[in-house]
Amino acid sequence: MNSEQLLSIQDLKVRFKSFEGVVSAVDGVDLNIAPGETVGLVGESGCGKSVTALSILRLLPKRSTLMEGNIHFSGMNMLTADEEALLKIRGNSISMIFQEPMTSLNPVMTIGDQIAEVFVLHQNLTWNQGREKAVEMLERVQIPSPNARSRDYPHRLSGGMRQRAMIAMALSCQPTLLLADEPTTALDVTIQAQIMDLMLRLKEKLNTAILIITHDLGLIAETVSRVIVMYAGQIVEEAPVGDLFKEPLHPYTRGLMGSVPKLGQKFKGGPSQLDEIKGVVPSLLNLPAGCRFNPRCPLAIAKCREQTPGMVRIGRQRQVRCWLVGGAK
Amino acid sequence: MDLLEIKNLKMHFPIKKGLFSKTRGFVKAVDGVSFNLKKGETLGLVGESGCGKTTVARSLLRLIEPTGGSVNFEGTNILELSKRELRQVRAHIQVIFQDPYSSLNPRLSVGQIIAEPLKNFENRRTEQLKERVAYLMEKVGLNPHQTGRYPHQYSGGQRQRIGIARALALNPKIIVCDEAVSALDVSIQAQVINLLMALQQELGLSYIFIAHDLSVVEHISDRVAVMYLGKIVEMASDYDMYHTPRHPYTQALLSAVPVLDPEVTKKRILLKGDVPSPLDPPSGCAFHTRCPKKKDICSKEQPVFKELGNGHWVACHLC
Amino acid sequence: MIDDKAAIASTRKGNSREFSHLRTGISKFLRNKAACFGGVLIFIFIISSLLAPVLFSKDPNAQDIRHALEPPSLKQPLGTDELGRSILARIIFGGRISLAISLSSVALALLIGVPFGLVSGYFGGKIDFIIQRFTDVMLSFPPFLLALALVSVLGVGLKNTIISVGIAGLPHTIRITRGCVLSIREQVYVEAARAVGTRDRIILFRHILPNVMVPIIVNATLFFGMAIIFAAGLGFLGVGVQPPNPEWGTMLGSGRSLLFAAPHVATFPGIAIFLAVLGFNLLGDGLRDALDPRLGYE
Repeated sequence: MNSEQLLSIQDLKVRFKSFEGVVSAVDGVDLNIAPGETVGLVGESGCGKSVTALSILRLLPKRSTLMEGNIHFSGMNMLTADEEALLKIRGNSISMIFQEPMTSLNPVMTIGDQIAEVFVLHQNLTWNQGREKAVEMLERVQIPSPNARSRDYPHRLSGGMRQRAMIAMALSCQPTLLLADEPTTALDVTIQAQIMDLMLRLKEKLNTAILIITHDLGLIAETVSRVIVMYAGQIVEEAPVGDLFKEPLHPYTRGLMGSVPKLGQKFKGGPSQLDEIKGVVPSLLNLPAGCRFNPRCPLAIAKCREQTPGMVRIGRQRQVRCWLVGGAK
Repeated sequence: MDLLEIKNLKMHFPIKKGLFSKTRGFVKAVDGVSFNLKKGETLGLVGESGCGKTTVARSLLRLIEPTGGSVNFEGTNILELSKRELRQVRAHIQVIFQDPYSSLNPRLSVGQIIAEPLKNFENRRTEQLKERVAYLMEKVGLNPHQTGRYPHQYSGGQRQRIGIARALALNPKIIVCDEAVSALDVSIQAQVINLLMALQQELGLSYIFIAHDLSVVEHISDRVAVMYLGKIVEMASDYDMYHTPRHPYTQALLSAVPVLDPEVTKKRILLKGDVPSPLDPPSGCAFHTRCPKKKDICSKEQPVFKELGNGHWVACHLC
Repeated sequence: MIDDKAAIASTRKGNSREFSHLRTGISKFLRNKAACFGGVLIFIFIISSLLAPVLFSKDPNAQDIRHALEPPSLKQPLGTDELGRSILARIIFGGRISLAISLSSVALALLIGVPFGLVSGYFGGKIDFIIQRFTDVMLSFPPFLLALALVSVLGVGLKNTIISVGIAGLPHTIRITRGCVLSIREQVYVEAARAVGTRDRIILFRHILPNVMVPIIVNATLFFGMAIIFAAGLGFLGVGVQPPNPEWGTMLGSGRSLLFAAPHVATFPGIAIFLAVLGFNLLGDGLRDALDPRLGYE
């Protein structure tokens, strides 16, 4: 409950009622974001990173979701706030951009109108005023011929353009927090470079805090200042980005980094075999006892199979959830 | 004579409009692609969306019929074969698809899926079929006793292994990997890449590895070809492609790949604009609209795909 | 990617014969109250039809003018018609006829329609063109009128009713099959089958047909209801099953003039038609919802 933190998540637990039983998608996540900070939330499919982000804005299906814990944003408790209060925040002080620009934009509204809508809703402008602002925003995200583009429907724009339009929408009301869920995964790598460049420059100007959710380690390395790694619904490691890449502590983080082929590494004496992590992510209905990573961990000891490790502080800004690091053996 | 020689492959899709479906123009998805594949080598085919790499895969397999060019497998142009003769050649060139979810028939068991190619070509008795299926499953890291399971009971990475087992069933010489790892998580991707490389070593396979992820392609390939809007713009050994890329597009692609080291600030070549539509390709060199080094001639004439020496080919006026 | 579902699916340590598709489908169906109600109705319908001769020693055609047009009583729970025949008996035996008609005509439509739809959808080109134009012509008639037209050509009676109703359902069956085939044909696993050298006709039977079966079965169930209505309609007009056979529509037709004097004569067959069709519709809807293949799961 740090009052300086922009966003403070404590012990978040999110469970879904599904056909096969209750699935625990997020199991005790603590996460803080300071104003203006860029944080990366990294993990593979099913680790709970997207669910965590959606929980912040309470965008999960109401009937089948059970949420526990605390989420405080600028002093407001997001989990107990009523729908009215949430509506005022979404798109306004907290914005979100999603992975698939095609399905996240309304296909029957022009780009200009969709951006204008944000102004109309949150700043009480008229539609015409909103549309003018929309063109301004399109220009800011470097869409050429913004006036003409604002009258286009989403399907007329390329993937990169649509993502820029989404960013324009998201940044319209100058949010203090931007949630970006796999913002570049669906884009080509040259477009990805353009988009990340854009996001970072806009962030500088507006001093927005950004939470980037992704599985792309390369993206993380280049854009965030702090990284949080998730596995099977829990945070397993948290560190400043430089420390994490120089010396990843958790075996999962190390395995993940080893799995990614690095351009040119094979000419510099790198291994010809990638460092794979054996096995598969455990089913959320059937989690292993003890540390959730233990069946796949090359360093697992008996204790790992019996007891779940807690998060342990290492140094100033690092935390790891592993019996072999810092904690008693 | 190389194992596979592709010359000037073309796939032009007609655009039919109007009351009588008149052909108004063409989408030149693949517009004159040439490359060779040697035995035991991996050729990587890389490019961004719309470049035509997946169409190249489907065309050379004749899953769609190319509109021009030749595909010579061990000397025979497979584009000229009859349906029956083509079936026979199919056994030698197999494919692994991108989507682990839709590439397996949900109503067939794993055993049935892997046995299908065997049943098509070999008249083995059931016992021998079962043995071969079990052998293949084990080879790709799946439990051979679970032949009765259905695809939905497996994870994405495991399903991709099923696809690999199916592709191996007929002992092919060439396997086309069409974005075979793109839909997988990073750690699973590593497993499958390692598996593919190990199988190549063991069985002497040749791969055409198609992907949009340059790091993955470079890791697994011996030679790399970069495509842009239906044409190959550069082709070279993996070493040359990484150290001395000549085409501006290749250079931009390489610079766009994020580096896993926060201390390195990469000098990024940021391309302007988006990939042009294949419906309306630019004149001259298709890349000139975004090329940071563009000259006058680039918008007028199409550059010739020529060899610079040492197996390094480029299509660029500046080289 | 719907990641959690894949993670959940990988729990399923099943072994060979466990086919969870069917089980999930069955339990889904059982939780759908409307579908179960429909199932019960149809169950009653079928059982009573099959066991009719056992349950009723009374001949449904046995006349007893002395007791004509009697309203429902203890002895005759549904009353008697203008010739003194037990309406209850006639309805139950009529059910046999309706069941026979619907089963046969649906079977006819499927046996002819599905192969044509498969061929039309899979091969495309000229064959598709010819079959579709033919279907277009048939579809330009409202189905019931088509049945009526056929009956006028073929003549009246049970056999011709079956043929007419079956053929009336043909174009719809062809269209639905073709539609399914068109979408399945584009699936990657069909392409994969071609890539491993599978012949077209084997692809049709091993890959395409099983995956179009579900929509076809659902469609067939709904068509059962339609068939009953058509047959009843033909009977009502006097050109279907002929008296003295106790077909529900025919009963309706002969009870029409007595609607004010002895309403029970027409009402009960009408209710029987209603319940049977309702049952099939609910069953069909329930089946469709239960067997709906879920994306990301398959």
